[in-house]
Parts: sequence; C-alpha cells; structure tokens
Amino acid sequence: MSDQPFRSATGGLVDRTRPLGFRFDGRRLSGFAGDSLASALLANGVRLVGRSFKYHRPRGVFGLGVEEPNALVTVGSGARREPNVRATQLELYEGLVATSQNRWPSLALDVGAVNDLLSPLLPAGFYYKTFMWPASWWMRYERLIRRAAGLGRAATEADADRYEKRYQHCDVLVVGAGAGGLAAALAASRSGARVVVVEDARHLGGSLLESEARIDGAPALDWVKAAAAELAACSNVRVLTRAQAFGYYDHNLVAVAERVADHQPAPDPHMPRQRLWWLRAGNVVLATGALERPLVFGANDRPGVMLASAARGYASRYAVRCGQRACVFTNNDSAYATIAALRRVGVEVAAVVDVRAGGPGVAAAQCATDAERLYGCVATRALGGRAVSGVEIRHVEGGRLAGPKRRIDCDVVCVSGGWNPTVHLFSQSGGRLRYDETLAAFVPGAPRPGQHVVGACAGTFTLHGCLREGFAAGVAAARAGGFAGAMPRLPEVAESAAAHIEAMWEPPPIPRGRSKRFIDLQNDVTTDDVRLAAREGYASVEHVKRYTTLGMGTDQGRTGNVNGLAVLATALGSDVASVGTTTFRPPYAPVPLGAIAADEVGGRVAPLRRTPLHDWHSRAGALWVNVGLWQRAQLYPRAGEAMADAIAREARHVRNQVGLVDVSTLGKIELQGRDVAAFLEKVYCNRWRSLAVGRCRYGLMLREDGFVFDDGTTTRVGEHEYYMTTTTAHAAAVLSHLEFYAQTVWPALHVHLTSVTDQWGAMALAGPSSRDVLAQVVAGCDVSAAALPLMGFVEGHIAGMPVRLFRISFSGELGYEIHTPADFTEAVWQVLLDAGRPFAIAPYGTEAMNVLRIEKGHVTGAELDGRTTPADIGLQRLLRQEEDFVGARSLERTALNGAGRRTLVGLVSRDGARIPRGAQLVVDPMEPPPVAMLGHVTSACFSPELDAEIALALVEDAVRWREQVLFAASPLTGEHVAVTVTDSVFVDPEGQRARG
Amino acid sequence: MLLIECPWCGARPHTEFSYGGDAVVRRPPDPQAVSLDEWLDYVYLRDNPMGPHLEWWHHVYGCRRWMRMRRDTLTHDVLEVTPVDHPTGQGS
Repeated sequence: MSDQPFRSATGGLVDRTRPLGFRFDGRRLSGFAGDSLASALLANGVRLVGRSFKYHRPRGVFGLGVEEPNALVTVGSGARREPNVRATQLELYEGLVATSQNRWPSLALDVGAVNDLLSPLLPAGFYYKTFMWPASWWMRYERLIRRAAGLGRAATEADADRYEKRYQHCDVLVVGAGAGGLAAALAASRSGARVVVVEDARHLGGSLLESEARIDGAPALDWVKAAAAELAACSNVRVLTRAQAFGYYDHNLVAVAERVADHQPAPDPHMPRQRLWWLRAGNVVLATGALERPLVFGANDRPGVMLASAARGYASRYAVRCGQRACVFTNNDSAYATIAALRRVGVEVAAVVDVRAGGPGVAAAQCATDAERLYGCVATRALGGRAVSGVEIRHVEGGRLAGPKRRIDCDVVCVSGGWNPTVHLFSQSGGRLRYDETLAAFVPGAPRPGQHVVGACAGTFTLHGCLREGFAAGVAAARAGGFAGAMPRLPEVAESAAAHIEAMWEPPPIPRGRSKRFIDLQNDVTTDDVRLAAREGYASVEHVKRYTTLGMGTDQGRTGNVNGLAVLATALGSDVASVGTTTFRPPYAPVPLGAIAADEVGGRVAPLRRTPLHDWHSRAGALWVNVGLWQRAQLYPRAGEAMADAIAREARHVRNQVGLVDVSTLGKIELQGRDVAAFLEKVYCNRWRSLAVGRCRYGLMLREDGFVFDDGTTTRVGEHEYYMTTTTAHAAAVLSHLEFYAQTVWPALHVHLTSVTDQWGAMALAGPSSRDVLAQVVAGCDVSAAALPLMGFVEGHIAGMPVRLFRISFSGELGYEIHTPADFTEAVWQVLLDAGRPFAIAPYGTEAMNVLRIEKGHVTGAELDGRTTPADIGLQRLLRQEEDFVGARSLERTALNGAGRRTLVGLVSRDGARIPRGAQLVVDPMEPPPVAMLGHVTSACFSPELDAEIALALVEDAVRWREQVLFAASPLTGEHVAVTVTDSVFVDPEGQRARG
Repeated sequence: MLLIECPWCGARPHTEFSYGGDAVVRRPPDPQAVSLDEWLDYVYLRDNPMGPHLEWWHHVYGCRRWMRMRRDTLTHDVLEVTPVDHPTGQGS
C-alpha cells in the first residue's frame, strides 16, 4: 500500500483511522473512509484516469461530483460490472475494484491514441460524411466505429442486484441540501408540514462543506450540523442522502434514485442496491445549486486542468492536494477562494491569471497570497503530455493577444469560467429560462405553480441571500399547504462579497495555433467543431448538438454546454440569449435501468391470469399458450404424440363423440336495469327487444366508425337482468366502451354494468353425445331438445353446484356452455368428465377449438381486425335497418360498401400443402412485383373433417373468384400454395348438427 | 404524471385513468337528422388546440366513471374535472 503522498496530515471530512484498500487498473492503493474514488486516486498521485471518447487523449479528474466528464471508470466484474461510473461520486469502500475505460492495451500506452494524430481527418459530422457509401456497408462500419469509440462495456449477465420502488407524498419537497435547501427545510419543518429533503451527496451542506464563511460567528459547518440534527429529530421530516432527484414531472412529481448500497462492497442481502422514489409534493423547493463551468483554451483537457471549485473541494473535503504547484485561471471572483484552500493543504499557487484587466473585486483582491497576479491575461495553451507541466500566458488587449508568450510551470491549472445554475429540474418541470447578462448564465424565469427556486439555482450566489431565500421559500411552501409557517431569524453571516464576472468564452485565436480547445470533454467536441457546424449551416442549437454531439454524453454537457452555446453565438454573429439552450430532459444523471424497473419485472410486470381450471390442465399435461395475460390449455398431447396429431385427434373427437373445453377467459358482463334491451340495441347492431327471458342471442358490436369491434352472446337471464360474454381479447375494452355510452351518450337509460369475468368459470361441452352427458348430471332443469333448444338458457345444478346452461355452439356440433361460480368450476368439470366416461369424453384445447370454428367459418379476432364491416364477414342480415346504433350511420360511407371490399371466403389447399397464415392472395405468384394483392389469409389449419388444409381469408370481389384457383403467397417464408376459393363454412353449412 | 381530481374519488395519479379522447364533439342525438358529412366530422375530425382542451377521461382503475376534464395541452395543468350528468343512469 502506498502512503497517499498527496494527502495532508490533518483536515477534511475523511476518517484517517479507517484506511481502505482498493485497486485501480490492478494497482493496489489505499484511501480513507469518506473518500470518493477520485479523491483517493488524487491522494495517491494518480493523475491519468481515462482516455477520451473519440481521440483517446489522456484525461484526469476534472470535477468534484455529478459534473465530472472525464473520470469515468468501470466498477466490479461479472454480473455486477458497471461501466461509466463517475469516480467523483463513487464512495470508496474496502476492496473496491475499478478499471479505466476506452484504452488498449493500457491506460498509459493506448493504441487508439493514433486518432488524436488523425484528428484533422475526424471533424464534426465525420461519420455522417464518410460512411454514407455504399449504404450496405454501414453495418460493417458501425461495428468498427463502436469498437473504437465509446465508453465502458455493460455487463452481459443478468443484474445480480435487487431494486425497489417507493411512493411518497409530502407537503414540501426540498431538492438539494446546501444553504438554501437546509434553510427551506428548517422553515417548512417547523410549521409541522411533511417535509422530504433530497440530497445527492453523502453529507448535507452542499458548498458549505468547503466554505470559509461564518454563520452567527461560527464556522458554516457548525450551522450545517445543527440543521441536520434538527431535521433528523423531526418526525415530520425525511432526509434522503445519496439520493439524486433526476426527473421532475407534471404536477410536482419528482423521481429520485437513492443509492442505498453503492458505497458498500456488496449490498446487505435484506436491502436493495438502489431505491427509486416517486415523490408527489404539494410544493417543491428547488435548491439545486450551481455548477462551475471551465474556461476554454488550448489543450485544456490535459490531466491536471480542473475546475477551481473541484480543486477547492478536494482540498477542503478530503485534505487532498491536486498537485504541487497550481495556476489559477479565472474570469470571476469565486476562484480566489480556491487559493486559500490550496495553500492550506500545502499546494503552492504560482500565479492567478485573471481575464479582467481590473482584476478581482475588493474582497477577492485581499485574499492573502504570494501568487503572482496577472490581470488582463489569458491562458492560451496547457503544456505537457499525460499530465500538465505548465501553461502559456498572454496579455489581451483590444480583443487580441498582445505581448510576449509567458510560460508558468505548474502541475495543476484551476479554471473558473463562472457558474451555471443547475436549472435542469426547473426546466424539466416546464419552467422557462432567462439569460442573465450580469451573471453570464441562464437562470430560472417564473416558477411553475407550487414551485419555489432558491439560492445559486436562482442565481443568488451570496450565503446571506441563499439563507434568506431558503427560509422564505420554506415558509411560503408550508403556508401553501395550509401550515402556519413563521419566518425564522436570519443568522449573521460573514462572507466575501458577491462574485463579479466578465464573460470570456474563448481566448483570442493564436496565429497558427494547433492545440485543440475542448468544450465538451466527454464527447471530445472542440470550438472548431462548433464553428464548423455553424459554417455548414447549422444555426439551431438543437441541430448543432446532434451534429457535433455537444452535450450528448453521460454528463449531458454539464460543464460544456453554455461555453458551446456562446461559441456558436459568436460564430453566428448572435448572442447567447438568442441562441438559447437545448431542451433539458430526464434523467438529470444516469439511472440504472434496474432501478427504474425495480421489482416490476417478470410476472410482476405482466401478471399471469389463470383460469379456475388451471391446476386441472396442469395435472392433465396440457401444453400452455399465452393469450394476452391469460395462460390457456392449448392441447393435451398423449405420450409420444405429435402436436398436429393431438390437435386433429381432439377436434375429431368433438365431431364424433364429445369434448370439453375451458372457456373461462371469455369476458363476462352483467347488465341490469329497466332499459337493458334498449341499451343493447344501441351498442349492438342487431335486434334485442324481442329477446325473451331464457333465450340467448349472438351480438355484433361495432365502433362508431362502422367497423366490427367485438362479438359474443348475450342472454336474458331475467326480466331486467342480462348476461353478456365478450371475446377474451376485448373483455376490458368492451366494458369501457359500454360504460362510455351508458354514462355519457345515453345516461337516461337505466343500466348497470358489472364485470363478472373472474367470478364465473366457463366450459363448453360439445359433440353428438353432449346432451347425453349433461342429462346424467344436471338437476333442477330440463335439457331435452324440446325444453332447451338452440340458443336457449336454463339455470340448474350439477352435483349441488349452481350452473348456467346456454345451448350455444362455437364448434358447430350439438353443444352447451356451462358457466358456474369460479370456485365450483373444477368440481363441475370433473363431474362432467366422470359422467362422460361411457361416452369417451375427452378434454380439448384452444388449438382444436380453433380448428372446429375455422371449419364452421366462425370469425374471431383474426377476421375482426378492426377493418371489417358486418357485410365483409357475411353478417349484414343482422343489421337493424333505419335505426340508430353505434356505427350505424358510418356504414353509409361509400368506402364501406360495394366493390373493393374484401369479404370472407374459405380456401382449400389444392395439393395438401399448409396454407401460410397472413399470406397474400395473388393470381400468379411468379409475376414480378408489384403484384396485385386480392386478399389475405386470416386463419388456417388442417381440417380433420375434410382431411385437407383449409383457411379463412378476406378477398376482393369474392363472387368472381368462387371455385377459382388463387395462390396464397408468403414471401416471408418463401411459400406459395395453390388454393381453391370456397364458401367460408366447410362443415354442415345448414347448421343441422347444432340444432339436433 | 398528472394528478387528476376525480369528482368521486379525489386526487389520483393519471395512471389510474384512461384517456378517452376529445370531449368537445357531441354525438348527434339523432344521427339520421344530420348530413353524412356532419356525421363523419363527428366520427373523425378533432381539433388539436394548444392550450385548454376538453377531454374524456375514464377512472378505469378506480370508480370506473367517465368524466370531462379541461386540460391545458401546453402546460398539462388540469383546469377542471366535471362529472357526467346521470339523471337516471348508472349508479342512480
């Protein structure tokens, strides 16, 4: 283990009594509890941490937290390998294993770095311009490009971790626990309001963690500790740390990812790795602070160039020296605070280079330093290779470089180009931004309803201002929720004066200078790339973003975007305010997909619906088929029996003996009320008033546009009580549809609708012997042909269990639907099987049921595809003429009538070949395209009854093609089958069997 | 995610609801009394306003009531939710 040569002996928030061992690229290193991976690497003198995305240039730690563009590492291995983790946010733990990314074979010696030499050939839009021809080669290019450019590799194994999701309501949500956020939380909590505080970091305090300011005469950190203690003691306050608010959605819904276990070697088995919070707040206080932006100059990506605030943070929070000799380059006062912080940990500050000719404001100018002060100067170029070794300085006069070059030797360059309020969440919520010339930054405009923006996020950069705004917002938010909030006493604050800034987006050009000036470090976008885009006609910031990839990295351009906008504005001869920003979208920072899914995976995202007969099917060895969420018995193959043989056997058995099938998945709706018949006549296209008690009827339901929506049977169970079945697929949609018409269009009709799909199990008993089976077991009713004719209904009992018997036939055979309360379904099913044994009863599955209905030309969802009218499927005779029902008037449309409509026909394969489902019907399959397509195959099967391959199809001009030969062509499968066009009813066209 | 004040159940997230389309158009009480063009306008034509708009919403995972909602399509503000009159209909 090394001895952390860049760590001071005292200071910081690290625990020197708890050393932690970790590995970086195989090197054993050590840090302390409280370190981030970045601070631990810097403490060990590790400067080079990664290679850049496109040019493979060496990169070092640049920021302190979420803004980090460079220090992305891969953590862990196997199923727990996570790429692109920001080392600045990753808390160190014992045994942490991290590796650098985008380099081969090693970080120090990287073959891909040749891209940097080739960079004149790789401008913005390079891929778009170069790899367009030939188009068919793109797949090959893409693979190579993806290998050469990029970030870490994702794990290929299933996620080993568990995630969870929580929903929480609160009166006041405070996002960010710096000075403003803590003040708001204190004020709101004292009113009794339910408060949630969300802080991304491990500690509360934000920038107060490294502030020199004093509050009520004590260090700011003391005030933070007191505030944290007060909040922790409040039962109405929940404080979430290590929690990133990443999405701000409508009506104050904020999504937060809490890193529960990312700072531990392995998650506690009883705890999730991350927890996703959906927080719905009455009022939201945004105290998200601000992030420093860099100054742009030549080779400003060398390891050692970093944000001044980051260098200050490493010194104050971690007692880490980012180097030995620093140069500060700034255009504003805030960077002067870095000088004192660096000196305290023993970094020599060689020079302060200030863009402003007049130097800093009074307070900053008084900061004690022996550093050379170079006012009205700029850094033009960083020197060095894998680490910065110095910086070139020039005077600026009249917007041009003047005077001789000067070199300052240093191994750290601390840059500050001003501050960008973290407006992402505000902007996501629909808030408009405004460019503030004084701050040279975009700040929030008017807040959205129930929203308060305070502190640096609002463009307020004094501690006094942050506290005042925080208290006021906390009180206002509590009062908006009906709580009596009182304004707390504002503490005495001693701090340096407000920051003064002189916008400087890019130093004047160096004649013949060749150093790249990076705007977006993560995506390797330079000022030249942005200017090139402007030259090539990209004027919209959204287009420039996509053309150059500016701001499209995992850091979303947090450090680079505003500089990029400004360079674009200059190139366009416009100004920053007019160019505007790109759209801010969630997530603010990367969120693991696992956390978003949380426990809604597998059966919890799409729960399985099982019928009351599920266990029986399972014991009988059924094969399953998923139909929507339902799991249904598809067939019951015998040992060694092929699927096709089993289906044919089951279907044949129904035609010749008797079979039993589970139809519990049918949608079932009870309709009650005085006006049900009138209502049915509105929502079905056929007649209902004449339906007597004890009778059922087939019903065809249209949409208002005249197309068939659903079909099923409805039974008049009692005077004012009806029982409707719908198709399995449309059960829920039909209920909503009926409710719409009952509640909004014909509210005067007295109708109650209740879904009873899950309350009733259902089975169909079908086949020539079905009445004989039923008669043996039924009690309390007569099922003789005379007493229970086709479309008749009776109620009775089977083995003491109540049943509803409907004489309906989907198979075309003599048959009954037997509905019984769900809990009795399996018992009734078993009684029928037992009673049917002498008749060789056998269960059949959905496949055989489908065969039987195709043989009968009965339509299902395959035919009722939302494009068929009643006439198309041969059911025009059902329509009530001259009366209003849903869809009636639309049937008058010319397009729904006459020539050109595809209507239902049957097809028989001429040579016994299978007819492909979905095949197009054509006259000549060999004709070169485009081929006239006359229709398509909707359903197909082998018919045991006909001993032929048959199908149902929708065909134009069906009369003309009757008994003619067409081809069912399926270019997808390469099949074309000769078929004869027939009537759609293959078996028993007169319907004698069902009437028997 | 919108927060919708259901007249029957109170404030609920919109995941409990299903959007039911434009509520400005009204089904002609007697479809035969209007021209086919007028009828087809009712079936097919919808305005797409930027700003306040009247919509149908169905509290499908709640009370199963249809309601009219005035919503600002630009800001997603829910301006008003009104129950459907039901003089003798469902639930009476």
